[in-house]
Amino acid sequence: MITITSGKGGVGKTTATANLGAALAAEGRKVCCIDGDIGLRNLDVVLGLENRIVYDIVDVVEGRCKLRQAMIRDKRLPELYLIPAAQTRDKSALSPSDMIRLTDELRGEVDYIVIDSPAGIERGFRNAIAPADEVVIITNPEVSAVRDADRIIGLIEAEQKGPAKLVINRLNAAMVKRGDMLAPEDVLELLAIELIGLVPEDENVIVSSNSGSPIVLDPKSRAGQAFRNIARRLMGEDVPFLDLDADGGLLNRLSRLMGRGG
Amino acid sequence: MDFLRSKRKSANKAKERLKLVLIHDRTDLPPGVMEDLRDELIEVISRHIQVDREHVRIQVNQDGRDQHLVAEIPLKPASKGRGR
Repeated sequence: MITITSGKGGVGKTTATANLGAALAAEGRKVCCIDGDIGLRNLDVVLGLENRIVYDIVDVVEGRCKLRQAMIRDKRLPELYLIPAAQTRDKSALSPSDMIRLTDELRGEVDYIVIDSPAGIERGFRNAIAPADEVVIITNPEVSAVRDADRIIGLIEAEQKGPAKLVINRLNAAMVKRGDMLAPEDVLELLAIELIGLVPEDENVIVSSNSGSPIVLDPKSRAGQAFRNIARRLMGEDVPFLDLDADGGLLNRLSRLMGRGG
Repeated sequence: MDFLRSKRKSANKAKERLKLVLIHDRTDLPPGVMEDLRDELIEVISRHIQVDREHVRIQVNQDGRDQHLVAEIPLKPASKGRGR
């Protein structure tokens, strides 16, 4: 059971949830993604499943349908399911104990549950991390995203859900190279948690969400490759980090850093 | 590594600023309190031993996700008249 969170909005949580879910399913695992953002449902459109919603997570919790009825099966990846967020109801419709009950029922049915947390540190965030065995924090190499990630890391430690793992999303290697973007090593030094993924900035991420097809299904996309690698790391494989820099400079520096960290 | 760092521009600034911000976020220690802490420490220690006030440095260092309050308090050499 993996929860994807970030603190700050707009750093790529929903994209990461959709793609990690799809990548795990493409590896043959049975996966259920849960949209934890009550009132601001989005995981359905990123996955291209918005037209198939009948029931949502609040319907399950309030007993209007069975869990299975709310699980939308992805036709491209038959091992991938989505439980959508409720769109119109108020956020207090769901509590952390509701989430734990619901996911306990799901655990027996699937190999992985991937929960997309809403931004912020309020109820929705608490709901999303309550059932988590593992928490993945998404950040961007940018001051406000890193600061919020640090706050979230502290909260996750306080809830004894740590140590969280870090994904740095939207890295622009050219900007890092000319000194105008925090390098992965800088972000790691500041946040001091384990790195599980580096995702390059990639226009294809927007193209793929436009059409509702996860970018991991595009074998040529570098961001897709990065998400596939993260999925394999979540499965326990030892996968080297992508070379983000054409001349290998960034990778070399990073591998030195990783070596130093053990 | 050092020559790479010297080439950094806004990223370097971002890192330095974040370092300070995160320390205060993590410890609930407002920047102004550090100054008070410095003055009070000097006062207490000066009661027992002569301190080189100009060169006292107090800061919070980061070690992984732990914070350490580090005070560097240089002492004035013992005055010759006090030798026994």
